[in-house]
Amino acid sequence: MQFTTITSPHTSRPNSVTATMLWVIIALLPGTVAMTWYFGWGIVLHMLLASIAAVAAEALVMKLRGRPVMPAIGDLSAVVTALLLAIALPPLLPWWLTVLGVVFAIVVAKHLFGGIGYNPFNPAMIGYVLLLVSYPVEMTAWLPPIMLNQNPLDFMQTLSVVFGGGLPPGLDWDALSMATPLDEMRNQLNQNRMISEIRQSPLWGDFGGLGWEWVGNWYLLGGLILLYKRVISWHIPVSMLGAVLIMAMLFHFLDQESHPFGLFHIFSGGTLLGAFFIATDPVSAATTKKGQLIYGACIGFITYVIRRWGGYPDAVAFAVLLMNMAAPMIDYYTQPRVFGQRSAADD
Amino acid sequence: MLIAVAVISVLALAFGLLLGFSAIRFRVEGDPIADNIDALLPQTQCGQCGYPGCRPYAEAIAAEEAEINLCPPGGEATMVALADLLGRDPVALDAEAGEEKPKALAFIREAECIGCTLCIQACPVDCIIGAAKQMHTVIADQCTGCELCLPPCPVECIDMVPVKQSIGNWKWPLPPADEQPAAVSAAEG
Amino acid sequence: MYYPSQIKPARRLYKFPGGLHLPDNKVQSTGQPTAKAELPKRLVLPIRQHIGAPAQPLVKAGDRVLKGQLIANPKGKISAAVHAPSSGKVSEITEYPVAHPSGLPALCIIIETDGRDEWCELPPAIQDFAQCERQLLLERICEAGIVGMGGASFPSNVKLEPGQNRRIDTLVINAAECEPFITCDDMLMRERPQDILAGIAIMRYLVGAEVCLIGIEDNKPEAIAALSTAITEQGIENVEVVTIPTRYPSGGERQLIRVLTGKEVPSGEIPACIGIVCHNVGTAVAVADAVLDGRPLISRYITVTGEGVANPRNLEALVGTSCSELIEQAGGYTGKAQRLIMGGPMMGFTLHSDTVPIVKASNCLLAASALEAPDPGPAMACIRCGQCAEVCPVSLLPQQMYWYARAKDLEKTQEYNLFDCIECGCCSHVCPSHIPLVQYFRFAKNESWDQERERRSAEQARQRHEAKLARMARLEAEKIARAQKKKAALARKHTAAKQSAKGVDPKKAAIEAAIKRAAEKKAKLAQEGVQPQNTDNLTEAQQRQVRQANARRKSLAGADAAGDTDQGS
Repeated sequence: MQFTTITSPHTSRPNSVTATMLWVIIALLPGTVAMTWYFGWGIVLHMLLASIAAVAAEALVMKLRGRPVMPAIGDLSAVVTALLLAIALPPLLPWWLTVLGVVFAIVVAKHLFGGIGYNPFNPAMIGYVLLLVSYPVEMTAWLPPIMLNQNPLDFMQTLSVVFGGGLPPGLDWDALSMATPLDEMRNQLNQNRMISEIRQSPLWGDFGGLGWEWVGNWYLLGGLILLYKRVISWHIPVSMLGAVLIMAMLFHFLDQESHPFGLFHIFSGGTLLGAFFIATDPVSAATTKKGQLIYGACIGFITYVIRRWGGYPDAVAFAVLLMNMAAPMIDYYTQPRVFGQRSAADD
Repeated sequence: MLIAVAVISVLALAFGLLLGFSAIRFRVEGDPIADNIDALLPQTQCGQCGYPGCRPYAEAIAAEEAEINLCPPGGEATMVALADLLGRDPVALDAEAGEEKPKALAFIREAECIGCTLCIQACPVDCIIGAAKQMHTVIADQCTGCELCLPPCPVECIDMVPVKQSIGNWKWPLPPADEQPAAVSAAEG
Repeated sequence: MYYPSQIKPARRLYKFPGGLHLPDNKVQSTGQPTAKAELPKRLVLPIRQHIGAPAQPLVKAGDRVLKGQLIANPKGKISAAVHAPSSGKVSEITEYPVAHPSGLPALCIIIETDGRDEWCELPPAIQDFAQCERQLLLERICEAGIVGMGGASFPSNVKLEPGQNRRIDTLVINAAECEPFITCDDMLMRERPQDILAGIAIMRYLVGAEVCLIGIEDNKPEAIAALSTAITEQGIENVEVVTIPTRYPSGGERQLIRVLTGKEVPSGEIPACIGIVCHNVGTAVAVADAVLDGRPLISRYITVTGEGVANPRNLEALVGTSCSELIEQAGGYTGKAQRLIMGGPMMGFTLHSDTVPIVKASNCLLAASALEAPDPGPAMACIRCGQCAEVCPVSLLPQQMYWYARAKDLEKTQEYNLFDCIECGCCSHVCPSHIPLVQYFRFAKNESWDQERERRSAEQARQRHEAKLARMARLEAEKIARAQKKKAALARKHTAAKQSAKGVDPKKAAIEAAIKRAAEKKAKLAQEGVQPQNTDNLTEAQQRQVRQANARRKSLAGADAAGDTDQGS
């Protein structure tokens, strides 16, 4: 009888890359639905557009590299990159910017370094930062949430804005767009207003901006789903959020009127999205448990520093990229003690 | 101005003395780099690199007269190790020097041996037992597979027998690169 | 369930890092009691069924052997004997495919059984072993060819002799059987608990351990009950059945020691250096058989299971039985068998064919179906998820070892403690990219050993080469010295020739000088009163020779009137 000869173990494997990626996509759904509810169809359009562009770019690059195409796009990692990038973009961004960002992320940030598993930087964040730095005006033209929006756009109008570039008649960008809560907070603080004054404005909810904080909640829910399914471990989200919270609370305690309170930072901007979906990208993050705690904490710390003293209102992307550079060194210095060997401290 | 000149001169003198003292006190006899290189070479003493043995080749590399890719018995692994040691770039193995062949041991067909001792004189590691008009035989344990005994033999009674694969010397093969199934077979390794 | 022996408070248990919860798959093969396998027509005994040097065959083709007869002697200290599992005739001693991942053959003694199963004369039973010399018991164990039956197959007599300066306080019996599908130790404990306890008693006496801990996973309640009852019935003190949580690989020696005692065996050392000796429960039974009955190790319990066999069960099979025979007795193939695995699904290796024989350490034959052992598919790129490090029971970083093994950077793999890896397979099991991590580590280990061997032989070759160069230099030097001596001699001759040209015949001069020396010596001796002893009592022949010499001399003297020859006798 002819038997298969193969190396051990001979078990059905519980994990696969595709399954992991699928769960990430599923966990993103609540946040996506919330974003669409509050900010219109732009998000969904961008997600679809980005996914198609990402898969096409990956297929092309794999062909150019002479590698099999199907396993590469079958593992859905390009789709996840695309979705994470799209979710971070303003809803009315022109379509070609989305495509540019995604293609750059896939081709340069991922495949030029060797493909999945070899990229030192988070591709979605690379794409986002490229767009942010090169097209600051378009990238900061956000929409107000539905409850504050005087001119909500329907699906066809959104389509025409995104693909056509032209706004509906009678509207201009100033009327349409609104800064994000973080941006707003920053501008007001720079004008030396006090927190209690700033918070009188109707655009604030309980923690962060109206609408935005609820989106944050749904991201949190998605993150908890990932934790439950053991797709990610708790180390990075907890340490990152913990660091942001501690820093924010510390400065809020020192000067209540110049620094918003802790939970504001957690529920604004990309903090929750970043903690559960972006910083936890296994390829670019630290891999040892102790290392992940340090990695997450440093991301949180840098996020707060840039938000408070840096030039950009939101900082998660930059913080993640900076810590991606440090991840190999963190891994090297946080190796666990091998069973049966004594650590240096024992001697 | 004069003080500056004086200070610099004194410093130069001081450092010069220090260097001179170090050159004498810490002098190393022989060429340690050549020793390190020799330790990496497979000691087959076959001469395929063009030098009469491994030590001369090591010394040539140390003197930067020879490239690091001339050793077929050492193969890729040795070349990479040398590149590592010397901080040079790895170079593809020189096809002229010979190709990396699987290990084979010399075997004398005793029925045909005429006892001329020419192979004994040729063997660089003295692993052929015998004497004039007496049977010659190769000590298989010590044979390095350099093939230097083959040309001198007037009756061509020496064979290079490849080492047979058995459970004792079977090795697990390196799994294939990504996107190919991993299998174990007797043909590999 | 409440076990009568556990009246004491539960022992504190410790945890080892990592590990996995795997589906047991044990119930398939524990439904029936163990059956004795039928006597096969042919038994194939590899001469190496153990760690160490292969045994040396004592028999040759055509010899008749009896059951239990020694057919191969251990060679050296780390080696084990091989015995004939049944009576019959040795048909040949040849290379035959054996159970090995490579599928390569090895030297085997093949016995055609005669069906009579006749025992040979066994060594006497040692019932009262506590009065016996330890060395005698160890010799008996060595003669019985007992090796570790848990899979490692290290010669047991060596392991039971920890050494002069090592005090052993605990004997750990490994009955964890943590791998899925395998149930042979479970059945052994259910069916032969007294023999296990007897073996434990002998082992305790040999190593001098006060306490014995039997570690059993909690998925084997019947075995726990059987052993606990036997201990209580016999009133044995200081032997404790400890139930440990089911977690793979708690049956690894170091992991089990950690769970039971909290101690970690230092990396690179054996458990004896922390006062613990660990043996498999099957080895204990073999020791009891050898000492109390004089029987050598010729059979063992083996689990034949998997969806590929119709009637999964345990069999008591003779060593040397072919796998195909055992599968026949487990109901034969169902047609679903995709892989034939020797051992468990985590650490076992696939067999190329089912004609290979089982050996002393074969604990399971798993005919796995495509559902039980699906094809993992091609390996994808490592996504650095870190799951492998989470489950590693030795807290290694499989990911780093993988990168460096793949790059063939063996030094770096060793820096990441490659040789501490127990090849349990946890990392490969959880890898989402289905990378065959354990194969990378096995490759790296083999390459490292190979490199070490090559380095040593290269060092030897270098020394031999230098010796040869020294020898050639010495021969050169001798040749030069000889040439110089010759030149000097030639120069001397030249001056001598010059002298003869002046009228002095050098030869004659030499003869004269010799005669002068002889005369001087004779005079000296005569002064001391010693007479020449060759002038009296001459035989007829000698006298004739003397007369002839004198005649010659006379004629020469006559021919050479100017010569100054001495006429002395």
